[in-house]
Amino acid sequence: MLNYTIRRLIISIPVLLLISLIIFLLLNLAPGDPLANQPLTIPPEVRQKMKEALGLGAPLYVRYLLWLKQFFWVEPLHAFDWCFGTHFSVGMQRILSWQFRSPVFDVIVQRMPQTLTVVGMSYVIGVLIAVPIGIVSAYRQYSWFDQIGTFISMIGYSVPTFFTGVLLIVVFSVDLGWFPSIYNTNLKVVDWQTFLLQVRQMAMPVFVLALYNAAQISRFMRSSMLDNLQQDYVRTARAKGMGERTVLLTHVLRNSLIPVVTVIALGVPTIFGGAIITEQVFKVNGLGQLLITAIYASDVPMVQTLTFIFAVLIVVFNLVADILYGVLDPRIRYD
Amino acid sequence: MTDATLQPVQDLAPPRSQWRDVWDQFRTHKGALTGLGVFVFMTLFVLVGPLIWRIGPDYINPNVLVMIKSRNLGSSFAHPLGTDQLGRDELARMMSGGQISIAVGFTAMALSIFLGTLVGVLAGYFKSLDGPLMRLTDLFLALPLLPLLLVMMMLFAPMISHAMGVAAGTFLLIVSAIGVTSWMQCARIVRGEVLALKEREFVLAAKSVGTPPFRMILRHILPNVMSPVMVAATLGIANAIITESALSFLGLGFPPDFPTWGRLLFDGVDLMQEHPGLVVWPGIAISLTVLSVNYIGDGLRDALDPRIRGR
Repeated sequence: MLNYTIRRLIISIPVLLLISLIIFLLLNLAPGDPLANQPLTIPPEVRQKMKEALGLGAPLYVRYLLWLKQFFWVEPLHAFDWCFGTHFSVGMQRILSWQFRSPVFDVIVQRMPQTLTVVGMSYVIGVLIAVPIGIVSAYRQYSWFDQIGTFISMIGYSVPTFFTGVLLIVVFSVDLGWFPSIYNTNLKVVDWQTFLLQVRQMAMPVFVLALYNAAQISRFMRSSMLDNLQQDYVRTARAKGMGERTVLLTHVLRNSLIPVVTVIALGVPTIFGGAIITEQVFKVNGLGQLLITAIYASDVPMVQTLTFIFAVLIVVFNLVADILYGVLDPRIRYD
Repeated sequence: MTDATLQPVQDLAPPRSQWRDVWDQFRTHKGALTGLGVFVFMTLFVLVGPLIWRIGPDYINPNVLVMIKSRNLGSSFAHPLGTDQLGRDELARMMSGGQISIAVGFTAMALSIFLGTLVGVLAGYFKSLDGPLMRLTDLFLALPLLPLLLVMMMLFAPMISHAMGVAAGTFLLIVSAIGVTSWMQCARIVRGEVLALKEREFVLAAKSVGTPPFRMILRHILPNVMSPVMVAATLGIANAIITESALSFLGLGFPPDFPTWGRLLFDGVDLMQEHPGLVVWPGIAISLTVLSVNYIGDGLRDALDPRIRGR
């Protein structure tokens, strides 16, 4: 297992390097001009100087290697300094955002809490809803509960989040006025009153995303339970005279959770990046919205770094899912 | 010598084709059948609808006074779904938008299935290509797709619409962007199937009579991987339609002159307080289409699975 983990970690280094190269080339070889948003009245020589000031004068490979060094060396060092109060990274140049004129990672750290509270909460709620629904749906296959559950999960899985979000805003903010349609980031939770406000403004985005996540996970849970309910060991357990509760919750559930846990792990990167649309609908200024505004402002370092962070998360959680599978299922051995 | 007269078999039913069986199984899936009905209806709505409903989707009344009066109307006999902020008929816009949305769905699906089947067959059939191609697939699976799609749209849209015209350029860009980023699942499924098929006796038989690899793939392998590819294709349509409307919804898809359902929804968001219809109708159209396609995919998966069929 340790061998396998180390091997996978080593393999993921070239994969990440390749991905970073793809992202870098896509952004830097594209025909668009990063200064296209600037006024046309700027004289060409000034424009040239602006380009050089942004670091665009250097050849491509220098820029790529500099970005890699900043991403993998300077920024971690800086984070280390910030945590322990040391001074290793003094004088090193960090990745600077063009639109904020400040280090990219500072902006990301500012935006992270919103994304984590809203999207992370919705993922947790989604999982908590999906698992029991999947269990009951599979145990009572073709019952009315199963029919309704599969139908709702099909809807949650098919209806795009931008439509559910907008629909909820129309019904609950515009018509009924129960929830605010815009997420207020400045709200500080200090007492019961503000806590209620926070819950109210989180209700709709969390509901939209939780429905979407729950729909996907409950489908997996149901089919995994169905697979296991047919197995011989279930018949054996029943033949031994075990109660239905023990058979279902101890034997079948534990075995069916194995693939579901890996699916849940694979979905974690979407917490950080995938909720772009929902954040846009509800005006939550998290990471997804940061990416969109950076794309509109052609803020190349920001887009490049954010996209690469998402890629790193995907690779890491793929690895976590594979390792979890091996740990949870003793039949799977990787060597 | 005995006269072994062969009795002509009379009371044997005519042989049933495979697709007949598949259809019979498909029919038992209520959701899939409803989905097929809804999808056919939506397709007819966008294709035949404009022939019946003759108002143009871009028609703005040249008389300014009439135009201003006909803005943002609710539903009436003249405009069943009302009008938008320029007095254009929403029903006609829904039809022409649906044409683009569904066309994007089919074309992007075709591209992604083509790429996926190509990669899958090559990786499964030729052992030397298996490693590199599967690493490539893993690499693509590790890319953050939505951010990259957004970046691609942002960077290449001006250039390509300059070169090819706005409509054709955006269409081509969206279709190829979606196709290039969604072939991986199909490739994995096809590779698995091909690896299993390669060990079967009929492949050995075909090989022993000297079938060259190319004909082997076309005549013997491809027809046998059709079933999973069809399921993947159905789900691919749903995925492509959702992705296109998501891009349009974020303002990075089709420009406002070519209203797809996603773009209509995006344009309606600003006015949703006064005219919720402008967001509700396109949203319902997208959701119904995707839901029906997903149900068809579910039914098809059951119908094409020989272990379930006939039960």
